Amino acid sequence: MDGIVSHSSDIFVIGLTVFFLACIIGYYVVWSVTPALHSPLMSVTNAISSVIIVGAILAAGPGGYGVSKIFGMIGVILATVNIFGGFIVTYRMLSMFKKKPKTKKEEQ
Amino acid sequence: MSSNIVSVLYLISALLFIFALRGLSHPESSRLGNILGIIGMVIAIVTTLMFKSVLSYTEIGVAVLIGGFIGTIIALKIEMTALPQLVAAFHSLVGLAAVFVAAAAFYDPMSFNIGNVGSIFKSSLVEMSIGTFIGAVTFSGSVLAFGKLQGTISGNPIVFKFQHLINALIFLFILALIVIFVLTQLSSIFWTIVIISILLGFLVVIPIGGADMPVVISMLNSYSGWAACGIGFTLSNNLLIITGALVGASGAILSYIMSKGMNRSIISVVLGGFGGEQASVGGSDNSDKIVKQGNAEDAAYILKNADSVIIIPGYGMAVAQAQHALKEMGDLLKKENINVRYAIHPVAGRMPGHMNVLLAEANVPYEEVLELEEINHDFPVTEVSFVIGANDVTNPAAKTDKTSPIYGMPILDVEKSDSVLFVKRSLATGYSGVDNELFYRDNTTMLFGDAKKMCENIVKALR
Repeated sequence: MDGIVSHSSDIFVIGLTVFFLACIIGYYVVWSVTPALHSPLMSVTNAISSVIIVGAILAAGPGGYGVSKIFGMIGVILATVNIFGGFIVTYRMLSMFKKKPKTKKEEQ
Repeated sequence: MSSNIVSVLYLISALLFIFALRGLSHPESSRLGNILGIIGMVIAIVTTLMFKSVLSYTEIGVAVLIGGFIGTIIALKIEMTALPQLVAAFHSLVGLAAVFVAAAAFYDPMSFNIGNVGSIFKSSLVEMSIGTFIGAVTFSGSVLAFGKLQGTISGNPIVFKFQHLINALIFLFILALIVIFVLTQLSSIFWTIVIISILLGFLVVIPIGGADMPVVISMLNSYSGWAACGIGFTLSNNLLIITGALVGASGAILSYIMSKGMNRSIISVVLGGFGGEQASVGGSDNSDKIVKQGNAEDAAYILKNADSVIIIPGYGMAVAQAQHALKEMGDLLKKENINVRYAIHPVAGRMPGHMNVLLAEANVPYEEVLELEEINHDFPVTEVSFVIGANDVTNPAAKTDKTSPIYGMPILDVEKSDSVLFVKRSLATGYSGVDNELFYRDNTTMLFGDAKKMCENIVKALR
C-alpha cells in the first residue's frame, strides 16, 4: 500500500510540474496572438481541449458493455463533435483572413 | 506499444497544439497552425487507439462517425454572425465530456490504472471530483450563455437578493461533498456533485449579460481548459494536462483583455448585474437637447467630400448583418481616393475578435482593420468617423465624467474627428445605460434606421 501511495504522489508531482510549465507556455503563446484572431483562438482552443477524447476512448475501449463503456462512448461522441466542429470553423474563419488582391485604389 | 513511445507521441501532439496557438500570431501563419493542430489531434487519437486495453474499434468508430458528422454539418452551416453561440455550445460539450470521462473513470478505475472499484486512490478521487465539478459548471454555464446569445432566453442580467451569498454557500457545499466523496466513494455522492455543480453553473452566468458576454465566453473557455486539466490529473495524462493548461491560460488572458477593455475588474463582471435597472439612474434628461438628424443622401454627401474615413463597427452591425453592405460602401469611397479604415474596440461584439471575423467575411483586407491603440491617434486628422452599431465605446464621458459607470473605459476618440456619423436604431442608451453626449454635438449627424438598410441606401446615393 505504501508503495502505491508514494507512486501515485510521484505521478502527481510530475503532473503538477507539467501543469505549471504548460501554464507559462500558454501565457506567452496566447499574448503573442494578434487581437484580430481572438475568435479563431477561441474556436481552436475549443477543438484542442477536446483532446479529452483520449480519456473517453480509454473508457470505451474494453470489450463487453458496462456503464463506464457507455459513458466513454458518449464522451467520444461529444468530443468528436467538438473536434470536427472546432477545427472546421477555425479553418473557415482563417480562410477569410487570406491576403486580398489589392484593389485598384492608390495608396496615399 | 511501450509506455515510453506513448509518452513521446503524446508529447509531439502537445507540441503541435502549442504551435497551433503560436500560428495565430499572424493571419498568414495561422492556417498552417490550424493544420498542425489537426495533426496533433490525429496523433493523440491514433496513439490512444493503439493501447492494448482498447478493443472495441467498431463502437468507437461509430461514435466518431456520429460525432464527426454532427460537428462537420454544424461547422459548415453556421453563419459567422452566430459564432458566439456556437462557441458557447462547443464549450458546453467539452464540459459535459469531462463529466462523462470522470464518471467512466469512477465506475471502471481499472481501465485507467487508478485502483479498483471501491478502493480508488484518494488523490485520483480528489482530481476526479474537481474535474467533474469544473466540467459540470462549464456545461451548464455554457448552455445558459448559448441561450442568452441565441436569444432563447433574455440576454439581460438577472439579479436577485443574496445571489452571491447563495453561490458561495453552494460552492462550500460542493467542497464538503467532495470531501465526503473522497472518504466514502459513493456513487450517489458523485452524482450529487454533478447535479449541484450544474445548478451552480446556471447561477454563475445568470447575472451576466449583454455586452459582458465576451468576458463570460472567455471565462467558460478557460473553465473548459481547467476541466480537461482536472481529467488529465485523474488519468495522469500529461497531454491532457498540457492542453488543458494552454486552453485555461488562453481563456483567462482573453477574459483579462476583455474586462480591461471595459475598465472593469473580472470580479465585478463575474458578480454581474451591470447595466439594467440601476444604471438608468445616471441618465439625465436630454429631451430638450437638439439632435441633428440626416438621411442616407446627407451621409453620402458628407462621406464623399472627405479625405479620410474611419468606420467603427459594433454589435449593431453584427445584428443587422450589415458587414457586406458596409464593405461595399467602403469600396465605393476608396474608389473616390478616400482613405478608409476600420477601428475595432476590444469589446466590440459578443466575443473576442467578433468584428474582425465579420469584416474578414465581407472581404475587408485585414490591413485596413486596426485595433484601438493602433488607430486612436489618427482620429484628430480624420474627417469623418462612421459609427455603425456601436455606442458606449465612443462615449467621451468615459474620459471626462467621473460619475459615469463607464468612466475609465478606453474609448475610440471619434469626437476628435471633424464630423461624426452615427448609424443607430434610436437614441436609446447603450448597454451601460449611459447617455452619449456625442449625439447632441453640432458636428454629429444621426442616421436612424437599420444598419444594413442604411448602408445599402448610402451605397445607392454614392453611385
